[in-house]
Amino acid sequence: MTLRLAIPALLILAVAAIPFAAPQLQLLMNLALAKGIAVVGVTVLLRAGQVSFGHALYFAIAAYAAAFLSASMPGADLALVLLVAISGAVLSGIVVGLFVVRYRGIFFGMLNLAFSMIFWSILEKFYHYTGGADGIRLPRPTVFGMALERGPFELIMFYLSVALVLLLGWFTIRWFASPTGQIFQTIKTNETRLQYLGVSPQRALLSGYILSAALCGTGGVIMGIVQGVVTPEFAWWIRSGEMVFIAVLGGAGSVAGAFVGAVIYEAVRVYASAFAGDIWQLVLGGFLLVIILFAPKGVIGIYDAALARLTGKGLTGKGRSE
Amino acid sequence: MSEILLEARNLQISFGGVVAADDVSLAIERGKNLAIIGPNGAGKTTFLNICTGWIKPTRGRVYFEGQDVTPLPPRRIVRLGVARAFQIPQLFTEHTALENLLISAAAREQLGNPLQDLHRIRERAEMLHLLDMVGCADVADRLVVELSEGQRKLVDIAVALALRPKLLLMDEPTSGVASSEKFKVMEILVKALAEAKVTSVFVEHDMGIVSRYADEVAVWAAGRLQMQGSPEEILRHPDVIRDVIGEAV
Repeated sequence: MTLRLAIPALLILAVAAIPFAAPQLQLLMNLALAKGIAVVGVTVLLRAGQVSFGHALYFAIAAYAAAFLSASMPGADLALVLLVAISGAVLSGIVVGLFVVRYRGIFFGMLNLAFSMIFWSILEKFYHYTGGADGIRLPRPTVFGMALERGPFELIMFYLSVALVLLLGWFTIRWFASPTGQIFQTIKTNETRLQYLGVSPQRALLSGYILSAALCGTGGVIMGIVQGVVTPEFAWWIRSGEMVFIAVLGGAGSVAGAFVGAVIYEAVRVYASAFAGDIWQLVLGGFLLVIILFAPKGVIGIYDAALARLTGKGLTGKGRSE
Repeated sequence: MSEILLEARNLQISFGGVVAADDVSLAIERGKNLAIIGPNGAGKTTFLNICTGWIKPTRGRVYFEGQDVTPLPPRRIVRLGVARAFQIPQLFTEHTALENLLISAAAREQLGNPLQDLHRIRERAEMLHLLDMVGCADVADRLVVELSEGQRKLVDIAVALALRPKLLLMDEPTSGVASSEKFKVMEILVKALAEAKVTSVFVEHDMGIVSRYADEVAVWAAGRLQMQGSPEEILRHPDVIRDVIGEAV
């Protein structure tokens, strides 16, 4: 097995061993994996040269859809909750997407932000339905009809998250390499040629936008179920900014980078806030500054460069880690 | 009797005070290579832009195979069989030459399987052949930004040919190409067009190329189509020599 395959395999095994080897890290890692899936959604759009500052919208829509379903159908099964939540994110992604895909650059980014803030306001102001700033509980769903205790349920959620990371990460990488994914990525370089190939750039962007909404929604519903409560903070602009932050930290455009970035971000956030009190944002900001200045391809770029040095093979643009 | 592939009728458009198309009517026969000549600013590129739906005329219509395509967006006109190559090559700069063609083939076939690899689509061999036809097989796996201007021009034309068009509109296919390379590029190009059985219209400033490769020549000046005819007839016309060429070819 080559080093290029062995290192990711070892990392996956290490993550899978956490509930037994270091159970105190299980929750932190689960939240990082949920965020990582959502960050892949932002990463998808970065591949088309678009930055969304409002993708927490889909994170929140899926989480609230799960919470509303669980409230109206106590004991709803986990599979049903996930299906409804992700469908909610996809449907809203189609509706919002049809509007925002007509815009590019800063207008695209800010329109997404506007939609997310409108949703945040609705969550905050319609107290009787949404619980306002306190949010609403998301009781533990049943798993194949069984109501589980907290410990086993959290274990199932952890391994479900690991499985989703692998499945969705694999799917997204395959999608990037597919004709649809490649056409989507040409939006970054030449929309004129795209039109002269008989392709609607709006439709091409919409395909990736829906995928990104689905990924953000998946991250959001996992986060909601693991935390057991959903709040308007899920849709807050800082959450959207955090996703972009992690995407850049991990390596803009890299699927693996999204997960690595999410784990580093959560670790720095938790430990810096524990040991450095009020200056944890300063630590994170400094960390990102160093990355942007000295490793513009993010953590995954550092990894690729180190791997190239170890294996003695030069890196080409097509040889980087996805 | 010859068959009309594309027909423009009474096209009119102005940009501010500049008349870019003034009652332009032109018919393009299937199977011919038509050259458009004229001084800069005469409205040649505007004509291509109107024919492909990029800009809409204030008056007049464009018909392709008898269908009125005037109100259609470029992508719909492309789907009917009109492709375009540009004065400045319009390529996907983060992709290789072959990938540019594969994307074109994927667009043509409307491939939508999310798990299919672009590099493994059925049309790969056809695209490699097309790259070979335009003399770029040896740079298939290089990013297009690493290619010479002449190679980029040829890849741009190959991307358009990958759509299997009936009509190819080319804006100055040899501009930016070194003088010593121009005839070589055109030789490759005309051969590729003949093999693909594509009717072509090309805007050109090099009269040597026009006289050698065009079946028919249309002369543009101040937004008007001044005359149309065979290269022998047009390139010897005193008005063309005075206003466009400067000296006899």
